[in-house]
Amino acid sequence: MPADIGPAGQNSGDAAPASPTGQPLLEVRDLAKHFPLTSGAVFRRRAGQVQAVDGVSFDLRKGETLGVVGESGCGKSTLAKLLMRLEEPTRGEVRLNGRNIYDLNGKALRALRRNVQMVFQDPYSSLDPRMTVGDIVGEPFDLHPEVVPKSGRRRRVQELLEVVGLNPEHINRYPHQFSGGQRQRIGIARGLALRPEVIICDEPVSALDVSVQAQVMNLLASLQKEFGLSYIFIAHDLSVVRHISDRVAVMYLGKVVEIGSDEQIYEHPAHPYTQALLSAVPVPDPSVRGRRQQIILAGDPPSPADPPSGCRFRTRCWKATEKCAEEEPALITRPGTDHDAACHYAATREDVVVHHG
Amino acid sequence: MATSTDPSAPPDVSGSGQTPLLEVDDLHVEFRTREGVAQAVNGVSYTVDEGETLAVLGESGSGKSVTAQAIMGIIDSPPGFVTGGSVRFRGRDLLSLPESERKSVRGSSIAMIFQDALSALNPVFPVGWQIAEMFRVHRGMSRSAARKQAIELMDRVHIPAARDRVRDYPHQFSGGMRQRIMIATAIALDPAVLIADEPTTALDVTVQAQIMTLLRELQDDSGMGLILITHDLGVVADVADRIAVMYAGRIVEQASVGDIYAAPAHPYTKGLLESIPRVDLKGHDLSAIHGLPPTLTRIPQGCAFHPRCRYAEDVCRVERPPLHEVAPGRTSACHFSEEVLSGAR
Ligand SMILES: Nc1ncnc2c1ncn2[C@@H]1O[C@H](COP(=O)(O)OP(=O)(O)O)[C@@H](O)[C@H]1O
Ligand SMILES: Nc1ncnc2c1ncn2[C@@H]1O[C@H](COP(=O)(O)OP(=O)(O)O)[C@@H](O)[C@H]1O
Ligand code: SF4
Ligand SMILES: [Mg+2]
Ligand SMILES: [Mg+2]
Repeated sequence: MPADIGPAGQNSGDAAPASPTGQPLLEVRDLAKHFPLTSGAVFRRRAGQVQAVDGVSFDLRKGETLGVVGESGCGKSTLAKLLMRLEEPTRGEVRLNGRNIYDLNGKALRALRRNVQMVFQDPYSSLDPRMTVGDIVGEPFDLHPEVVPKSGRRRRVQELLEVVGLNPEHINRYPHQFSGGQRQRIGIARGLALRPEVIICDEPVSALDVSVQAQVMNLLASLQKEFGLSYIFIAHDLSVVRHISDRVAVMYLGKVVEIGSDEQIYEHPAHPYTQALLSAVPVPDPSVRGRRQQIILAGDPPSPADPPSGCRFRTRCWKATEKCAEEEPALITRPGTDHDAACHYAATREDVVVHHG
Repeated sequence: MATSTDPSAPPDVSGSGQTPLLEVDDLHVEFRTREGVAQAVNGVSYTVDEGETLAVLGESGSGKSVTAQAIMGIIDSPPGFVTGGSVRFRGRDLLSLPESERKSVRGSSIAMIFQDALSALNPVFPVGWQIAEMFRVHRGMSRSAARKQAIELMDRVHIPAARDRVRDYPHQFSGGMRQRIMIATAIALDPAVLIADEPTTALDVTVQAQIMTLLRELQDDSGMGLILITHDLGVVADVADRIAVMYAGRIVEQASVGDIYAAPAHPYTKGLLESIPRVDLKGHDLSAIHGLPPTLTRIPQGCAFHPRCRYAEDVCRVERPPLHEVAPGRTSACHFSEEVLSGAR
């Protein structure tokens, strides 16, 4: 059924934004990860599966940032791990510079590991408390000694600390001696160590206070400019994602339900879920109170172990009909809209969007 | 320059002149730890009236929760000690009450909900039992009457199929549903004040919208005063009547929500508002507040914010700016509040 299996953008206005250009760096096609569900304490039996990611396709171009938004459990972190090849897919492929990363081994796999790095949400639990900052940031060089000769490592680590705005003299300190925002900088310095092309940021600022969050966002933006990095930027804060992203993918229950430029997604959302999500975000301006349409969704998202037939959003959707239960909507551009959305009745709606300022 | 003389007695900005429903006055709380004495709350004063929503805004560690715990009388002691000030409910000082009387205030007059509903609920008892316990303990109701009330409350907080779910355990509910159950427990005895400490911080935005709608609905029905503790500038703009901004255990600015967002009078508030991403800032740097909040065992001399403040001058390093009135109904604790407010600086 799988109209959404075809290359993202083949039908659509999913064209490259003005600045990032050329052949896609990363091509994700029909990517899926199903986790087995087991039951029984002694004899583990397979009792179904969790469709954490199910048929995701998109492109990422050089120098571009693709934002990924969606509520907890929709598959964002699983997608990140698939792109890092920390998980093997149930089906689908991810081509980096034209080569399917799941076919790689040996030297080519090591090169992939250099080229795609990750920054995590929780800077505390992702850093080993017994290692010094110097060891943490320099650790990737143990696995990839070809990047920097041993004699130059300490200097290189200090340079990296400086790049992310930390004091190079603090190279011998331990993670607990730093604040949350500083620990996130340590994680970013480590991610930069091997000069990757792609950095996957999984909720990199979600645990930070707003003033510190702004510091880290500015850092990510300036590093991107300086090193021509491409980002996958995962977050649940929609305004943070908009600020940094060229394009945005909205996920619901393992699927991309809408994808487009930041302007298309935020100004002309076409999928009912995106509309509900945007309408639920409180606007930091009391003068717009009551001036926008708030769509309050009923209930909770269904379990990814037992997703609804047809459109996965239909159980909470105010537009749903028989057709939605029977036929899975393809992720395509429908008449009257200018970007891809996976809804039979996709239609632009602007009353959920209100600006402040 | 500031003219007020006594920082511990901020002018009454509630305007009513009557006894406020709840009044926190010059509250001090410290934690005596191995690393030293952490001055978590350093002279906080705020009030909330019937039907009013006061938002307490500030970054983590600024003393929002500890202030609330002092109001509830649930500070972790030791190491925590209330070392000064008062908390008056309808004019009566709670801090000087014996624990037995304090207990009866908790829940029946002032109730609190927390960010993490799962750890606030008891995992080994059914949710209906936990709600019903409020009625059995405080109202001496029979088991069956209490259970009936519990089901009614579960209905009131919109838990679907309440009658069937009253025997379920907390882990059988989603995060949003658990927060509803905690709210049901909190409002069971019809409290006059509800303190909600980051009630939606752990929830997804669509669930947050559900919970905030529920709180508003309950407040409209009962006229309770709501103290909403949060660091989310969006939530505040959406629901608050008044805001108290905290920094390093102090209120640095207090005003109506409209006034603060239109023109902040304290550099810290201004910095916070400017650090939120906005559409017109896309492609530009956000204006972050540089540096970090202070360690509470070593709060800077003078204005605690001065090491991070772009308005700071010599006076800020030596003299603590008192919270003083800068315009009718609003206060700020900065030596240059008037200039910040007028945009002259
Ligand atoms: N290792 C795993 N085994 C089984 N289920 C998993 C595993 N990892 C994630 N899941 C499930 O997959 C779904 C998606 O999870 P995740 O990718 O972490 O979502 P998100 O990051 O969007 O919150 C969830 O239902 C989660 O419980
Ligand atoms: N149980 C405790 N033991 C020691 N210190 C504490 C304890 N609880 C709070 N504190 C101190 O009080 C400060 C303020 O905490 P809190 O009121 O929880 O901040 P927030 O504004 O994030 O709610 C903390 O930074 C910490 O130093
Ligand atoms: S008193 Fe001085 S340091 Fe403090 S906020 Fe005002 S200008 Fe800044
Ligand atoms: Mg995740
Ligand atoms: Mg707190």
